[in-house]
Amino acid sequence: MLPSKSHAAHARLLDEVGAVDQVGVEERVAKFTTRSIKKAAKVWGLRMAVSMTDLTTLEGKDTPGKIDSLCRKAVRPHDDPSVPSVAAVCVYPSMVRRAKAGVAGSGVKVASVATAFPSGQTHQRTRLAEVRGAVADGADEIDMVINRGAFLSGEFSRVQDEIAEVVEACGAAALKVILEVSELETFDNIRAASFLAMGVLRPGDFIKTSTGKTTLNATLGNNQVMIEAIRDFYLDTGIAIGMKPAGGIKTAKQSLQFLIAVKETLGDAWLTRKRYRFGASSLLNDLLRQLEKERTGAYQAPYYFSEAAESY
Amino acid sequence: MATRKKQPAARRAGLIFGDLWEFDPAPETADPKLKARYDLFIGGKFVRPRSGRTFDSINPANERKLAEIALAGAADVNAAYAAGAKAFGPWSALSGRERGKYLFRIARLLQDRAREFAVAETMDGGKPIKESRDFDVPMAAAHFFYHAGWADKLEYVAPGRSVAPLGVVGQVIPWNFPLLMLAWKLAPALAMGNCVVLKPAETTSITALKLAEILQDAGLPDGVVNFVTGAGETGALVMGHPSAAKVAFTGSTEVGKAIMRQLAGTDRRMTMELGGKAANIVFDDAPIDQAVEGIVNGIFFNQGHVCCAGSRLLVHEPVADQVIAKLKARIRVLRVGDPLDKNTDLGAINSAAQLATIRRLVAAGVSEGAVKYQPPCILPEKGFYFPPTLFTGVTQSHRIAREEIFGPVLSILTFRTVDEAVEKANNTPYGLSAGVWTDKGSRILRMSTELKAGVVWANTFNRFDPSSPFGGYKESGFGREGGRQGLLDYAKLT
Repeated sequence: MLPSKSHAAHARLLDEVGAVDQVGVEERVAKFTTRSIKKAAKVWGLRMAVSMTDLTTLEGKDTPGKIDSLCRKAVRPHDDPSVPSVAAVCVYPSMVRRAKAGVAGSGVKVASVATAFPSGQTHQRTRLAEVRGAVADGADEIDMVINRGAFLSGEFSRVQDEIAEVVEACGAAALKVILEVSELETFDNIRAASFLAMGVLRPGDFIKTSTGKTTLNATLGNNQVMIEAIRDFYLDTGIAIGMKPAGGIKTAKQSLQFLIAVKETLGDAWLTRKRYRFGASSLLNDLLRQLEKERTGAYQAPYYFSEAAESY
Repeated sequence: MATRKKQPAARRAGLIFGDLWEFDPAPETADPKLKARYDLFIGGKFVRPRSGRTFDSINPANERKLAEIALAGAADVNAAYAAGAKAFGPWSALSGRERGKYLFRIARLLQDRAREFAVAETMDGGKPIKESRDFDVPMAAAHFFYHAGWADKLEYVAPGRSVAPLGVVGQVIPWNFPLLMLAWKLAPALAMGNCVVLKPAETTSITALKLAEILQDAGLPDGVVNFVTGAGETGALVMGHPSAAKVAFTGSTEVGKAIMRQLAGTDRRMTMELGGKAANIVFDDAPIDQAVEGIVNGIFFNQGHVCCAGSRLLVHEPVADQVIAKLKARIRVLRVGDPLDKNTDLGAINSAAQLATIRRLVAAGVSEGAVKYQPPCILPEKGFYFPPTLFTGVTQSHRIAREEIFGPVLSILTFRTVDEAVEKANNTPYGLSAGVWTDKGSRILRMSTELKAGVVWANTFNRFDPSSPFGGYKESGFGREGGRQGLLDYAKLT
């Protein structure tokens, strides 16, 4: 008997995009953590990381007040005027209007999660309606989740078609496709899902690791698998897709290691917030703390940094 | 998967590895605590050479003199063997447990001074600090720990037989892993109860003589370990000495053969760990990005100064273009330069002589028609440096596919079938190591039996462990180092 259709589809997809060896990936990324970034290079990296941050609050208890303080922090993260504003604020659809007002005129984008974030387990028509609603409210960017259930049961065309529909629903808004890597489990699957998504994305859209709502989020390993997929796709098609690791990046040191991975894998053209983002909240204040340490030579107490993005 | 028309940009899509985010220098600043002059270490003391001669050890990264090293002549080597012979009786009579204590002490003292030793190793030999810090020094300590663990269990090392030490053993080690090769040689010899006369390579004597300080601090009885320094002549004296019970050599096949000729007809035991020209074989189902990483690790680790370096890449024709393109992109981000900088991936070539050898063989590759690729990189003006180099279009009869280059130079050949891969991989007088990259487990097992190499790595390369025996086939030598097998090479079985 031949393999079942879904099994054959899975095999074909893996065959097409190639295998990934977990041990090898982990060996590769361990080298990024031994890079030693000092002085001007460190300041450059820290500022770059600030400018790439999607400052995020995604909680049931989000209120307009919380959104206001998040937006203020996003626009002006620190008293030091040389610190750039972050790339975007990332909120639930119901908060898009409020956020839009909060960042008005600053250049900071408003990103909205949609498509029944974080599980995605509802009707596609509902997911699309949510996207359209967020875009209508003014969202500049949409962070969608893929249908992991469909992926794991081998319905790849369905996964891809759904993404294509969301692309269409986005209109002019940029799209970030969340693979939810911890639910895909293997690096082979993460690479395959990256290609599925990129196959229907537009230049300037992103793929993203995770929702931040599961136990394992962005790691250097899954970041590496995804940026290598982006690199291979770019060299093959000329279409440059962006990358957003999200969740679990809490320290400045970690963010520099991710940026080193980008520098050495995708090159200089991806060292821009147009193509690389960090989905984070507590990261921002650690970046500021390190910047202040570089500027003044001493670590400052945490209460010198406004805590407007943390969850309590 | 939906396919989409390629945009016209695809034809010129390339990656930019430029200077947008240039790293600041990040030098390792620990003090290597070098002495201006290093004497011989004989009978537990540092002694001036009776030869009255010395030579300079320079830093290959900047050609500056690091220290003056004693040059041992015949009288010095005699004195070293005499000290060893005097120490042998009491040392071999000690219980294994007591000998183990010394080895544990040496291992711990080495760990205590790890940064200092790493910096000294890098300055003397030119290897990147991240390698001496993360590989050479920890691995050297691991070998002492491993063999310390064996010392009190020797009655179990050869079930049904009993083991006894051989006597005073003569050892000569190379310059590519000075401290680590020393640990590989010293630890099993001492655990078994032998005494040692060891000669480090002339360009890298310093960490051996620093280790002598640790041996003193560990209270190792005088004469159990003796270090004589010098070049080939001293080495010949150590290897040919009539009171050596065994000689162990790691170095070139040419010198190994000369030693074997010298010792032919005597009853002295030998172990030889010689050259290599390892095949790293990539099949079309391999995880390509990780294979590329393994290829880079296989040939550019320690500037390619590795006897088991994967210096011949055999790549399956369906994926050859892809592998080569990815390899070229990967080596563009290798950082070549100051070995003491923590971000350096490729440090300095060990000596002017070795640099000349590499240049000569690379020139031969070009003149024989292979296609050379070197990424753009700026090399320091002073010091001995060579950029990472790939050769494509190499065939079995090219010199660069046959001779050991011992530098950061990879020869790329292709193959069509598994049989052809095996045939080509084995078509060399050497047989030290090989690598296989495939997603298919059964193919790994087949390759590991058919490849005539002492070590076959599967989906990895240049992995070492003290418990894993290392050694060669054919002209790569005989005898093993590490593991139970390596220990038995220092024992008389009865």
